[in-house]
Amino acid sequence: MGCVSCAGSMNDSADETDEIILRLRAPSTIPIEADSITPDLFAERKQSEIEKLPAFYGRREVVLGDLFAVEGERSDRIVVQGDLGHVKKIGQGMRRGRIDVHSDIGPHLGAHMRGGEITVRGNAGDWAGAHMAGGRIRIHGNAGHHVGAGYPGEKKGVNRGVIIVEGNAGSRIGAVMRRGLIVVTGNAGEFAGANMIAGSIFVFGHLGKRAGAGMKRGSIVAFGTCEPLLPTYRFESVSQPVFLRIFLHRLQEWGVPVAPEMSQGLFRRYSGDITALGKGEILIHDSHE
Amino acid sequence: MQINSVEIEDTFAEAFKMYGSRVIITAINERWAMTAAQVVTGFATSIIGCGCEAGIGGLLSPEQTPDRRPGVLVLFFTMSKKDMEKHLLLRLGQCVMTSPTSACYNDLNADTRVKVGGKLRYFGDGFQSSKLLEERRLWRVPVMDGEFVIEESFGVKPAIGGGNFLILSDSQPNALAAAEAAVDAIVGVPGVIMPFPGGIVRSGSKVGSRYKGQFVSTNTAYCPTIRQQVDSALPEGVNAVLEIVIDGLDEGAVREATRVGIYAACRSGVLRISAGNYGGKLGQYHFHLHEILDGS
Repeated sequence: MGCVSCAGSMNDSADETDEIILRLRAPSTIPIEADSITPDLFAERKQSEIEKLPAFYGRREVVLGDLFAVEGERSDRIVVQGDLGHVKKIGQGMRRGRIDVHSDIGPHLGAHMRGGEITVRGNAGDWAGAHMAGGRIRIHGNAGHHVGAGYPGEKKGVNRGVIIVEGNAGSRIGAVMRRGLIVVTGNAGEFAGANMIAGSIFVFGHLGKRAGAGMKRGSIVAFGTCEPLLPTYRFESVSQPVFLRIFLHRLQEWGVPVAPEMSQGLFRRYSGDITALGKGEILIHDSHE
Repeated sequence: MQINSVEIEDTFAEAFKMYGSRVIITAINERWAMTAAQVVTGFATSIIGCGCEAGIGGLLSPEQTPDRRPGVLVLFFTMSKKDMEKHLLLRLGQCVMTSPTSACYNDLNADTRVKVGGKLRYFGDGFQSSKLLEERRLWRVPVMDGEFVIEESFGVKPAIGGGNFLILSDSQPNALAAAEAAVDAIVGVPGVIMPFPGGIVRSGSKVGSRYKGQFVSTNTAYCPTIRQQVDSALPEGVNAVLEIVIDGLDEGAVREATRVGIYAACRSGVLRISAGNYGGKLGQYHFHLHEILDGS
Protein backbone atom coordinates (compact mmCIF):
# COMPACT_ATOMS: atom_id res chain seq x y z
CA MET A 1 0.00 0.00 0.00
CA GLY A 2 1.07 3.53 -0.35
CA CYS A 3 2.63 5.87 2.11
CA VAL A 4 0.15 6.19 4.90
CA SER A 5 1.77 7.56 7.92
CA CYS A 6 0.08 8.59 11.07
CA ALA A 7 0.11 12.33 11.71
CA GLY A 8 1.68 12.99 15.10
CA SER A 9 2.40 9.34 15.51
CA MET A 10 3.30 8.00 18.88
CA ASN A 11 6.87 8.14 20.01
CA ASP A 12 7.48 4.46 20.40
CA SER A 13 11.07 4.79 21.49
CA ALA A 14 10.26 4.69 25.23
CA ASP A 15 9.86 1.35 26.93
CA GLU A 16 6.51 0.36 28.51
CA THR A 17 8.28 0.36 31.88
CA ASP A 18 9.12 4.06 31.41
CA GLU A 19 5.56 5.20 31.97
CA ILE A 20 4.77 7.97 34.40
CA ILE A 21 1.83 7.03 36.62
CA LEU A 22 -0.43 9.63 38.17
CA ARG A 23 -2.93 8.50 40.80
CA LEU A 24 -5.55 10.95 41.99
CA ARG A 25 -5.05 11.20 45.73
CA ALA A 26 -8.72 11.62 46.60
CA PRO A 27 -11.94 11.70 44.60
CA SER A 28 -13.49 15.13 44.32
CA THR A 29 -16.58 16.86 43.05
CA ILE A 30 -14.63 20.10 42.78
CA PRO A 31 -13.48 20.57 39.19
CA ILE A 32 -9.78 20.03 38.68
CA GLU A 33 -8.02 21.66 35.74
CA ALA A 34 -5.03 19.56 34.79
CA ASP A 35 -3.89 20.87 31.43
CA SER A 36 -0.29 20.42 32.47
CA ILE A 37 -0.77 16.67 32.21
CA THR A 38 0.71 16.31 28.75
CA PRO A 39 3.59 14.19 27.45
CA ASP A 40 5.25 17.33 26.12
CA LEU A 41 5.66 18.73 29.63
CA PHE A 42 6.53 15.42 31.25
CA ALA A 43 9.04 14.07 28.72
CA GLU A 44 12.11 15.95 29.96
CA ARG A 45 11.15 16.50 33.62
CA LYS A 46 12.18 14.74 36.77
CA GLN A 47 9.48 13.51 39.13
CA SER A 48 9.96 16.44 41.49
CA GLU A 49 9.56 18.85 38.60
CA ILE A 50 6.40 17.13 37.41
CA GLU A 51 4.92 17.38 40.89
CA LYS A 52 5.44 21.15 40.77
CA LEU A 53 3.57 21.70 37.51
CA PRO A 54 0.54 23.95 37.96
CA ALA A 55 -3.06 22.83 38.28
CA PHE A 56 -6.33 24.29 39.52
CA TYR A 57 -8.51 22.88 42.23
CA GLY A 58 -11.70 24.82 41.76
CA ARG A 59 -10.48 28.39 41.62
CA ARG A 60 -7.44 27.73 43.75
CA GLU A 61 -4.07 27.37 42.04
CA VAL A 62 -2.19 24.32 43.25
CA VAL A 63 0.48 21.98 41.92
CA LEU A 64 0.01 18.52 40.44
CA GLY A 65 1.68 16.88 43.40
CA ASP A 66 -1.08 18.20 45.67
CA LEU A 67 -3.68 16.30 43.68
CA PHE A 68 -1.85 13.31 42.24
CA ALA A 69 0.71 10.84 43.50
CA VAL A 70 3.37 10.86 40.80
CA GLU A 71 5.53 7.88 40.05
CA GLY A 72 8.13 8.01 37.30
CA GLU A 73 9.87 10.69 35.29
CA ARG A 74 11.21 11.72 31.92
CA SER A 75 8.77 9.86 29.76
CA ASP A 76 6.19 10.77 27.18
CA ARG A 77 3.94 7.90 28.19
CA ILE A 78 1.53 8.77 30.97
CA VAL A 79 -1.01 6.65 32.84
CA VAL A 80 -3.67 8.45 34.86
CA GLN A 81 -5.71 6.61 37.47
CA GLY A 82 -8.41 7.40 39.96
CA ASP A 83 -11.91 8.90 39.98
CA LEU A 84 -11.28 11.45 37.22
CA GLY A 85 -14.81 12.42 36.27
CA HIS A 86 -14.17 16.02 37.40
CA VAL A 87 -10.68 16.30 36.00
CA LYS A 88 -10.59 18.36 32.86
CA LYS A 89 -8.23 19.39 30.09
CA ILE A 90 -5.95 16.38 30.34
CA GLY A 91 -3.81 16.22 27.21
CA GLN A 92 -4.71 19.71 26.15
CA GLY A 93 -2.43 20.91 23.36
CA MET A 94 -0.24 17.82 23.40
CA ARG A 95 1.93 17.11 20.39
CA ARG A 96 3.49 13.76 21.11
CA GLY A 97 3.44 10.73 23.30
CA ARG A 98 0.64 8.85 24.89
CA ILE A 99 -1.86 9.24 27.71
CA ASP A 100 -3.75 6.24 29.02
CA VAL A 101 -6.68 7.09 31.30
CA HIS A 102 -7.82 4.14 33.36
CA SER A 103 -11.27 5.42 34.25
CA ASP A 104 -13.88 7.98 33.26
CA ILE A 105 -12.50 11.41 32.47
CA GLY A 106 -13.85 14.90 32.65
CA PRO A 107 -14.39 17.45 29.91
CA HIS A 108 -12.04 19.02 27.39
CA LEU A 109 -9.94 15.89 27.05
CA GLY A 110 -7.25 16.46 24.41
CA ALA A 111 -8.57 19.86 23.43
CA HIS A 112 -6.29 21.52 20.89
CA MET A 113 -4.05 18.47 20.71
CA ARG A 114 -1.66 18.30 17.78
CA GLY A 115 -0.31 14.80 17.99
CA GLY A 116 0.13 11.71 20.09
CA GLU A 117 -2.56 9.42 21.35
CA ILE A 118 -5.03 9.41 24.22
CA THR A 119 -6.95 6.33 25.31
CA VAL A 120 -9.77 6.44 27.84
CA ARG A 121 -10.88 3.18 29.35
CA GLY A 122 -14.17 4.63 30.46
CA ASN A 123 -16.45 7.52 29.52
CA ALA A 124 -15.37 11.01 28.60
CA GLY A 125 -17.01 14.27 29.37
CA ASP A 126 -18.05 17.04 27.02
CA TRP A 127 -15.76 18.67 24.50
CA ALA A 128 -13.43 15.71 24.02
CA GLY A 129 -11.02 16.58 21.22
CA ALA A 130 -12.29 20.12 20.81
CA HIS A 131 -10.23 21.96 18.21
CA MET A 132 -8.02 18.94 17.72
CA ALA A 133 -5.38 19.31 14.98
CA GLY A 134 -3.70 15.93 14.98
CA GLY A 135 -3.21 12.69 16.81
CA ARG A 136 -5.80 10.21 17.95
CA ILE A 137 -8.28 9.96 20.82
CA ARG A 138 -9.93 6.68 21.59
CA ILE A 139 -12.74 6.50 24.13
CA HIS A 140 -13.79 3.00 25.06
CA GLY A 141 -17.02 4.13 26.67
CA ASN A 142 -19.42 6.95 25.94
CA ALA A 143 -18.57 10.55 25.25
CA GLY A 144 -20.47 13.65 26.15
CA HIS A 145 -21.60 16.47 23.94
CA HIS A 146 -19.49 18.48 21.53
CA VAL A 147 -17.01 15.73 20.69
CA GLY A 148 -14.54 17.16 18.20
CA ALA A 149 -16.42 20.42 18.08
CA GLY A 150 -15.39 24.04 18.00
CA TYR A 151 -15.94 26.21 21.06
CA PRO A 152 -18.80 28.75 20.99
CA GLY A 153 -18.00 31.68 18.78
CA GLU A 154 -15.29 29.87 16.85
CA LYS A 155 -15.77 29.56 13.11
CA LYS A 156 -13.52 26.54 12.64
CA GLY A 157 -13.08 23.51 14.83
CA VAL A 158 -11.19 20.26 14.50
CA ASN A 159 -8.54 20.49 11.79
CA ARG A 160 -6.98 17.01 11.71
CA GLY A 161 -6.77 13.89 13.78
CA VAL A 162 -9.05 11.01 14.60
CA ILE A 163 -11.55 10.58 17.44
CA ILE A 164 -13.05 7.15 18.03
CA VAL A 165 -15.91 6.75 20.50
CA GLU A 166 -16.75 3.14 21.11
CA GLY A 167 -19.99 3.94 22.87
CA ASN A 168 -22.52 6.69 22.34
CA ALA A 169 -21.81 10.34 21.84
CA GLY A 170 -23.92 13.32 22.71
CA SER A 171 -25.07 16.17 20.55
CA ARG A 172 -23.18 18.44 18.19
CA ILE A 173 -20.31 16.11 17.47
CA GLY A 174 -17.98 17.62 14.90
CA ALA A 175 -19.62 21.03 14.94
CA VAL A 176 -17.69 23.45 12.69
CA MET A 177 -15.24 20.67 11.89
CA ARG A 178 -12.69 21.63 9.24
CA ARG A 179 -10.89 18.30 8.66
CA GLY A 180 -10.37 15.02 10.42
CA LEU A 181 -12.38 11.97 11.27
CA ILE A 182 -14.83 11.26 14.07
CA VAL A 183 -16.13 7.72 14.50
CA VAL A 184 -18.95 6.77 16.86
CA THR A 185 -19.68 3.09 17.03
CA GLY A 186 -22.82 3.71 19.09
CA ASN A 187 -25.43 6.42 18.71
CA ALA A 188 -24.86 10.10 18.08
CA GLY A 189 -27.09 12.81 19.40
CA GLU A 190 -28.68 15.60 17.46
CA PHE A 191 -26.95 18.19 15.35
CA ALA A 192 -24.03 15.95 14.40
CA GLY A 193 -21.80 17.88 12.01
CA ALA A 194 -23.57 21.17 12.62
CA ASN A 195 -22.05 23.89 10.44
CA MET A 196 -19.41 21.41 9.33
CA ILE A 197 -16.83 22.80 6.91
CA ALA A 198 -15.26 19.49 5.84
CA GLY A 199 -14.03 16.21 7.29
CA SER A 200 -15.85 12.99 8.00
CA ILE A 201 -18.17 11.73 10.70
CA PHE A 202 -19.07 8.05 10.81
CA VAL A 203 -21.90 6.83 13.04
CA PHE A 204 -22.49 3.11 13.31
CA GLY A 205 -25.45 3.27 15.66
CA HIS A 206 -28.33 5.70 15.37
CA LEU A 207 -27.74 9.13 13.89
CA GLY A 208 -29.75 11.75 15.69
CA LYS A 209 -31.95 14.52 14.39
CA ARG A 210 -30.84 17.51 12.39
CA ALA A 211 -27.56 15.96 11.31
CA GLY A 212 -25.57 18.23 9.05
CA ALA A 213 -27.48 21.38 9.86
CA GLY A 214 -25.67 24.23 8.13
CA MET A 215 -23.04 21.89 6.66
CA LYS A 216 -20.88 23.39 3.91
CA ARG A 217 -18.82 20.38 2.86
CA GLY A 218 -17.82 17.09 4.43
CA SER A 219 -19.35 13.71 4.90
CA ILE A 220 -21.63 12.28 7.52
CA VAL A 221 -22.03 8.55 7.08
CA ALA A 222 -24.82 6.67 8.80
CA PHE A 223 -24.06 2.98 8.87
CA GLY A 224 -26.98 2.22 11.14
CA THR A 225 -30.33 3.92 11.46
CA CYS A 226 -31.03 7.61 11.34
CA GLU A 227 -33.70 10.15 11.93
CA PRO A 228 -35.36 11.73 8.90
CA LEU A 229 -32.99 14.26 7.38
CA LEU A 230 -33.53 17.99 7.29
CA PRO A 231 -35.66 19.15 4.36
CA THR A 232 -32.61 21.08 3.12
CA TYR A 233 -31.01 17.84 2.02
CA ARG A 234 -31.71 16.39 -1.41
CA PHE A 235 -31.45 12.82 -2.55
CA GLU A 236 -28.77 12.35 -5.25
CA SER A 237 -28.07 8.71 -5.97
CA VAL A 238 -27.39 5.22 -4.71
CA SER A 239 -23.82 4.01 -5.00
CA GLN A 240 -20.91 2.23 -3.39
CA PRO A 241 -18.43 5.00 -2.54
CA VAL A 242 -14.87 3.85 -3.06
CA PHE A 243 -13.38 6.26 -0.54
CA LEU A 244 -15.40 4.64 2.24
CA ARG A 245 -13.65 1.33 1.66
CA ILE A 246 -10.30 2.97 2.37
CA PHE A 247 -11.52 4.57 5.56
CA LEU A 248 -13.24 1.43 6.78
CA HIS A 249 -10.17 -0.65 6.19
CA ARG A 250 -8.16 1.77 8.28
CA LEU A 251 -10.74 1.57 11.04
CA GLN A 252 -10.41 -2.20 11.00
CA GLU A 253 -6.66 -1.84 11.37
CA TRP A 254 -7.31 0.32 14.43
CA GLY A 255 -9.48 -2.39 15.91
CA VAL A 256 -12.88 -0.81 15.25
CA PRO A 257 -15.27 -3.62 14.32
CA VAL A 258 -16.58 -3.11 10.80
CA ALA A 259 -18.96 -5.64 9.30
CA PRO A 260 -18.03 -6.70 5.73
CA GLU A 261 -21.39 -5.53 4.37
CA MET A 262 -20.48 -1.99 5.40
CA SER A 263 -17.59 -1.68 2.99
CA GLN A 264 -19.38 -3.45 0.19
CA GLY A 265 -22.84 -2.06 0.72
CA LEU A 266 -24.78 0.55 -1.17
CA PHE A 267 -25.33 4.03 0.23
CA ARG A 268 -27.96 6.60 -0.51
CA ARG A 269 -26.34 9.98 -1.01
CA TYR A 270 -28.00 13.19 0.08
CA SER A 271 -26.38 16.54 -0.61
CA GLY A 272 -26.83 19.66 1.48
CA ASP A 273 -27.23 21.76 3.50
CA ILE A 274 -28.64 24.07 0.87
CA THR A 275 -28.97 26.83 3.46
CA ALA A 276 -25.16 26.85 3.49
CA LEU A 277 -22.78 25.98 0.61
CA GLY A 278 -24.63 22.72 0.05
CA LYS A 279 -21.65 20.62 -1.01
CA GLY A 280 -21.77 18.36 1.99
CA GLU A 281 -23.17 14.88 1.92
CA ILE A 282 -24.97 12.48 4.16
CA LEU A 283 -24.50 8.87 3.14
CA ILE A 284 -26.99 6.39 4.54
CA HIS A 285 -26.38 2.69 4.34
CA ASP A 286 -29.13 1.45 2.11
CA SER A 287 -30.40 -1.49 4.12
CA HIS A 288 -31.53 0.79 6.91
CA GLU A 289 -33.61 3.31 4.95
CA MET B 1 31.22 -18.78 -18.67
CA GLN B 2 28.43 -21.04 -19.85
CA ILE B 3 24.95 -21.80 -18.61
CA ASN B 4 23.28 -24.88 -20.06
CA SER B 5 25.90 -24.89 -22.83
CA VAL B 6 25.09 -21.29 -23.75
CA GLU B 7 28.04 -18.92 -23.85
CA ILE B 8 27.71 -15.85 -21.65
CA GLU B 9 29.72 -13.08 -23.19
CA ASP B 10 31.98 -11.20 -20.84
CA THR B 11 30.36 -7.85 -21.37
CA PHE B 12 28.03 -5.42 -19.67
CA ALA B 13 24.73 -3.71 -20.15
CA GLU B 14 24.87 0.06 -19.98
CA ALA B 15 21.89 1.65 -18.29
CA PHE B 16 20.78 5.15 -17.45
CA LYS B 17 19.56 7.15 -14.56
CA MET B 18 15.84 7.77 -14.90
CA TYR B 19 12.98 8.55 -12.58
CA GLY B 20 10.43 6.00 -11.54
CA SER B 21 6.95 6.04 -10.12
CA ARG B 22 4.68 3.23 -9.01
CA VAL B 23 0.91 3.41 -9.11
CA ILE B 24 -1.90 1.11 -8.01
CA ILE B 25 -4.96 1.03 -10.23
CA THR B 26 -8.07 -0.62 -8.84
CA ALA B 27 -11.49 -1.30 -10.28
CA ILE B 28 -14.64 -3.24 -9.58
CA ASN B 29 -13.02 -6.41 -10.89
CA GLU B 30 -9.77 -7.68 -12.37
CA ARG B 31 -10.94 -7.21 -15.93
CA TRP B 32 -11.40 -3.49 -15.57
CA ALA B 33 -8.32 -2.94 -13.45
CA MET B 34 -6.30 -4.69 -16.15
CA THR B 35 -8.02 -2.75 -18.92
CA ALA B 36 -7.04 0.56 -17.35
CA ALA B 37 -3.53 -0.73 -16.69
CA GLN B 38 -3.02 -1.91 -20.24
CA VAL B 39 -4.25 1.32 -21.72
CA VAL B 40 -2.27 3.57 -19.39
CA THR B 41 0.95 1.72 -20.21
CA GLY B 42 0.30 1.77 -23.95
CA PHE B 43 2.66 3.58 -26.32
CA ALA B 44 5.36 3.64 -23.66
CA THR B 45 8.06 1.37 -25.02
CA SER B 46 10.91 3.81 -25.29
CA ILE B 47 11.83 7.24 -24.03
CA ILE B 48 13.13 8.04 -27.48
CA GLY B 49 9.81 8.13 -29.27
CA CYS B 50 7.25 7.87 -26.48
CA GLY B 51 8.71 10.12 -23.80
CA CYS B 52 7.90 7.58 -21.14
CA GLU B 53 8.45 3.89 -20.50
CA ALA B 54 5.80 2.00 -18.63
CA GLY B 55 4.65 -1.45 -17.85
CA ILE B 56 2.57 -3.61 -15.60
CA GLY B 57 4.30 -4.66 -12.42
CA GLY B 58 1.82 -7.29 -11.35
CA LEU B 59 -1.69 -8.14 -10.29
CA LEU B 60 -2.84 -7.27 -6.81
CA SER B 61 -5.42 -9.08 -4.77
CA PRO B 62 -8.05 -6.99 -2.94
CA GLU B 63 -6.12 -7.47 0.30
CA GLN B 64 -3.16 -5.66 -1.24
CA THR B 65 -4.91 -2.50 -2.41
CA PRO B 66 -5.95 0.59 -0.45
CA ASP B 67 -9.64 0.22 -1.26
CA ARG B 68 -9.70 -3.56 -1.07
CA ARG B 69 -10.71 -4.04 -4.69
CA PRO B 70 -8.78 -5.99 -7.33
CA GLY B 71 -5.82 -3.99 -8.59
CA VAL B 72 -2.84 -3.80 -10.88
CA LEU B 73 0.55 -2.33 -10.13
CA VAL B 74 1.94 -0.10 -12.85
CA LEU B 75 5.39 1.46 -13.11
CA PHE B 76 6.44 4.49 -15.08
CA PHE B 77 9.91 5.69 -16.02
CA THR B 78 10.90 9.05 -17.43
CA MET B 79 14.07 11.05 -17.91
CA SER B 80 13.11 13.80 -15.48
CA LYS B 81 10.74 14.52 -12.61
CA LYS B 82 9.06 17.15 -14.73
CA ASP B 83 8.44 14.60 -17.47
CA MET B 84 7.04 12.22 -14.90
CA GLU B 85 4.54 14.80 -13.72
CA LYS B 86 3.53 15.51 -17.29
CA HIS B 87 3.11 11.87 -18.23
CA LEU B 88 1.30 10.85 -15.08
CA LEU B 89 -1.12 13.71 -15.55
CA LEU B 90 -1.78 12.82 -19.16
CA ARG B 91 -1.91 9.07 -18.75
CA LEU B 92 -3.85 8.83 -15.51
CA GLY B 93 -6.23 11.48 -16.74
CA GLN B 94 -6.84 10.09 -20.21
CA CYS B 95 -6.49 6.38 -19.58
CA VAL B 96 -7.41 5.65 -15.96
CA MET B 97 -9.99 8.28 -15.14
CA THR B 98 -11.86 7.35 -18.30
CA SER B 99 -11.92 3.66 -17.45
CA PRO B 100 -15.08 2.33 -15.75
CA THR B 101 -15.00 2.03 -11.94
CA SER B 102 -11.29 2.87 -11.73
CA ALA B 103 -9.39 4.46 -8.85
CA CYS B 104 -5.73 5.31 -8.59
CA TYR B 105 -3.25 5.45 -5.72
CA ASN B 106 0.40 6.16 -5.12
CA ASP B 107 2.51 3.17 -4.18
CA LEU B 108 5.94 4.73 -3.81
CA ASN B 109 7.37 6.23 -0.64
CA ALA B 110 9.56 9.01 -1.97
CA ASP B 111 10.80 12.39 -0.83
CA THR B 112 9.72 13.93 -4.12
CA ARG B 113 6.08 13.95 -5.04
CA VAL B 114 4.33 15.29 -8.09
CA LYS B 115 0.84 16.65 -7.97
CA VAL B 116 -1.49 14.65 -10.17
CA GLY B 117 -4.81 14.16 -8.44
CA GLY B 118 -4.39 17.67 -7.15
CA LYS B 119 -4.55 18.84 -10.77
CA LEU B 120 -6.99 16.34 -12.21
CA ARG B 121 -9.48 17.36 -9.54
CA TYR B 122 -10.43 20.40 -11.60
CA PHE B 123 -12.18 18.07 -14.00
CA GLY B 124 -14.83 17.96 -11.28
CA ASP B 125 -15.80 21.51 -12.22
CA GLY B 126 -16.14 22.62 -8.63
CA PHE B 127 -18.04 19.55 -7.49
CA GLN B 128 -14.95 17.59 -6.54
CA SER B 129 -14.19 16.95 -2.89
CA SER B 130 -11.15 15.99 -0.91
CA LYS B 131 -10.70 13.46 1.84
CA LEU B 132 -7.73 13.44 4.18
CA LEU B 133 -6.98 10.27 6.10
CA GLU B 134 -3.94 10.79 8.28
CA GLU B 135 -1.49 12.20 5.73
CA ARG B 136 -3.03 10.67 2.64
CA ARG B 137 -5.13 13.09 0.61
CA LEU B 138 -7.58 11.71 -1.88
CA TRP B 139 -9.66 13.52 -4.44
CA ARG B 140 -13.17 12.42 -5.34
CA VAL B 141 -14.13 13.61 -8.78
CA PRO B 142 -17.77 13.21 -9.79
CA VAL B 143 -18.06 11.26 -13.03
CA MET B 144 -20.89 9.56 -14.83
CA ASP B 145 -20.55 6.17 -13.18
CA GLY B 146 -20.13 7.63 -9.68
CA GLU B 147 -16.80 8.96 -8.51
CA PHE B 148 -13.21 8.75 -9.63
CA VAL B 149 -10.91 8.54 -6.62
CA ILE B 150 -7.29 9.54 -7.08
CA GLU B 151 -4.51 10.38 -4.73
CA GLU B 152 -3.40 14.01 -4.58
CA SER B 153 0.25 13.34 -5.34
CA PHE B 154 2.52 10.50 -6.41
CA GLY B 155 6.03 9.63 -5.36
CA VAL B 156 8.94 9.90 -7.79
CA LYS B 157 12.42 8.55 -7.15
CA PRO B 158 15.66 8.04 -9.04
CA ALA B 159 15.52 4.79 -10.96
CA ILE B 160 17.28 2.92 -13.74
CA GLY B 161 16.33 2.40 -17.33
CA GLY B 162 17.89 0.38 -20.08
CA GLY B 163 19.18 -2.67 -18.31
CA ASN B 164 19.33 -5.31 -21.05
CA PHE B 165 20.59 -8.57 -22.44
CA LEU B 166 20.62 -10.01 -25.93
CA ILE B 167 19.61 -13.55 -26.84
CA LEU B 168 21.53 -14.84 -29.86
CA SER B 169 19.80 -17.85 -31.31
CA ASP B 170 19.97 -20.21 -34.25
CA SER B 171 16.44 -19.38 -35.41
CA GLN B 172 13.66 -16.88 -34.92
CA PRO B 173 11.31 -19.38 -33.22
CA ASN B 174 14.06 -20.47 -30.81
CA ALA B 175 15.00 -16.88 -30.07
CA LEU B 176 11.38 -16.10 -29.32
CA ALA B 177 10.89 -19.15 -27.12
CA ALA B 178 13.96 -18.22 -25.09
CA ALA B 179 12.88 -14.59 -24.81
CA GLU B 180 9.40 -15.61 -23.69
CA ALA B 181 10.90 -17.82 -21.02
CA ALA B 182 13.05 -14.90 -19.87
CA VAL B 183 10.05 -12.58 -19.70
CA ASP B 184 8.05 -15.12 -17.72
CA ALA B 185 10.86 -15.37 -15.20
CA ILE B 186 11.37 -11.62 -14.88
CA VAL B 187 7.68 -10.90 -14.37
CA GLY B 188 7.98 -12.20 -10.83
CA VAL B 189 10.73 -9.74 -9.86
CA PRO B 190 9.34 -6.78 -7.90
CA GLY B 191 10.18 -3.26 -8.98
CA VAL B 192 10.92 -3.89 -12.65
CA ILE B 193 9.15 -3.68 -15.95
CA MET B 194 10.04 -4.65 -19.48
CA PRO B 195 8.56 -1.80 -21.52
CA PHE B 196 8.68 -3.30 -25.00
CA PRO B 197 5.85 -5.36 -26.55
CA GLY B 198 5.47 -8.52 -24.48
CA GLY B 199 8.72 -7.53 -22.79
CA ILE B 200 10.79 -8.19 -25.91
CA VAL B 201 12.35 -5.90 -28.47
CA ARG B 202 13.23 -7.19 -31.91
CA SER B 203 14.46 -3.92 -33.38
CA GLY B 204 17.28 -3.01 -31.04
CA SER B 205 18.99 0.24 -31.93
CA LYS B 206 22.39 1.85 -32.03
CA VAL B 207 23.34 5.49 -31.61
CA GLY B 208 23.90 7.28 -34.88
CA SER B 209 22.82 6.90 -38.49
CA ARG B 210 24.08 7.62 -41.97
CA TYR B 211 21.10 9.95 -42.33
CA LYS B 212 21.39 13.49 -41.15
CA GLY B 213 19.04 14.30 -38.34
CA GLN B 214 18.42 10.67 -37.38
CA PHE B 215 19.87 9.89 -33.99
CA VAL B 216 19.36 6.16 -33.83
CA SER B 217 19.23 3.36 -36.33
CA THR B 218 19.00 -0.39 -36.46
CA ASN B 219 21.59 -2.31 -34.47
CA THR B 220 23.50 -3.44 -37.53
CA ALA B 221 26.06 -5.44 -35.57
CA TYR B 222 23.28 -7.80 -34.47
CA CYS B 223 21.30 -8.01 -37.72
CA PRO B 224 21.87 -11.47 -39.20
CA THR B 225 20.73 -10.72 -42.74
CA ILE B 226 23.51 -8.19 -43.34
CA ARG B 227 26.33 -9.78 -41.33
CA GLN B 228 28.73 -9.81 -44.25
CA GLN B 229 28.16 -6.12 -44.98
CA VAL B 230 28.78 -4.69 -41.52
CA ASP B 231 31.09 -5.08 -38.57
CA SER B 232 29.03 -7.94 -37.17
CA ALA B 233 29.02 -9.15 -33.57
CA LEU B 234 27.30 -12.37 -34.50
CA PRO B 235 29.06 -15.70 -34.24
CA GLU B 236 28.48 -18.38 -36.82
CA GLY B 237 25.16 -20.10 -36.51
CA VAL B 238 23.18 -17.17 -35.18
CA ASN B 239 20.17 -16.36 -37.31
CA ALA B 240 18.04 -14.29 -34.93
CA VAL B 241 18.56 -12.00 -31.97
CA LEU B 242 16.04 -10.68 -29.48
CA GLU B 243 16.63 -8.22 -26.67
CA ILE B 244 15.10 -7.90 -23.22
CA VAL B 245 15.14 -4.37 -21.84
CA ILE B 246 14.63 -3.88 -18.12
CA ASP B 247 13.71 -0.73 -16.21
CA GLY B 248 13.83 -0.91 -12.45
CA LEU B 249 13.30 1.16 -9.34
CA ASP B 250 16.76 0.28 -8.05
CA GLU B 251 19.96 -1.51 -9.02
CA GLY B 252 19.16 -4.62 -7.08
CA ALA B 253 15.92 -5.12 -8.94
CA VAL B 254 17.58 -4.72 -12.34
CA ARG B 255 20.36 -7.11 -11.39
CA GLU B 256 17.94 -9.74 -10.16
CA ALA B 257 15.76 -9.41 -13.25
CA THR B 258 18.82 -9.78 -15.47
CA ARG B 259 19.95 -12.81 -13.54
CA VAL B 260 16.71 -14.74 -13.62
CA GLY B 261 16.02 -13.71 -17.20
CA ILE B 262 19.35 -14.94 -18.51
CA TYR B 263 19.04 -18.22 -16.68
CA ALA B 264 15.62 -18.80 -18.17
CA ALA B 265 16.82 -17.87 -21.65
CA CYS B 266 19.72 -20.32 -21.67
CA ARG B 267 18.07 -23.20 -23.45
CA SER B 268 18.26 -25.23 -26.60
CA GLY B 269 18.72 -23.16 -29.73
CA VAL B 270 20.43 -20.27 -27.94
CA LEU B 271 24.11 -19.87 -28.74
CA ARG B 272 25.15 -16.83 -26.77
CA ILE B 273 23.91 -14.22 -24.31
CA SER B 274 25.30 -10.73 -24.76
CA ALA B 275 24.38 -7.20 -23.70
CA GLY B 276 24.21 -3.74 -25.22
CA ASN B 277 26.43 -0.85 -24.21
CA TYR B 278 28.03 2.31 -25.55
CA GLY B 279 31.55 1.54 -24.46
CA GLY B 280 30.64 2.68 -20.98
CA LYS B 281 30.67 6.30 -22.07
CA LEU B 282 27.03 7.26 -21.75
CA GLY B 283 25.23 5.36 -19.05
CA GLN B 284 25.62 5.77 -15.30
CA TYR B 285 25.10 2.07 -14.59
CA HIS B 286 27.05 -0.92 -15.86
CA PHE B 287 25.62 -4.36 -15.27
CA HIS B 288 28.35 -6.90 -15.92
CA LEU B 289 26.83 -10.22 -16.90
CA HIS B 290 29.47 -12.44 -15.37
CA GLU B 291 29.36 -10.56 -12.09
CA ILE B 292 25.59 -10.86 -11.93
CA LEU B 293 25.60 -14.53 -12.76
CA ASP B 294 28.67 -15.49 -10.77
CA GLY B 295 26.91 -15.54 -7.45
CA SER B 296 24.01 -17.66 -8.71
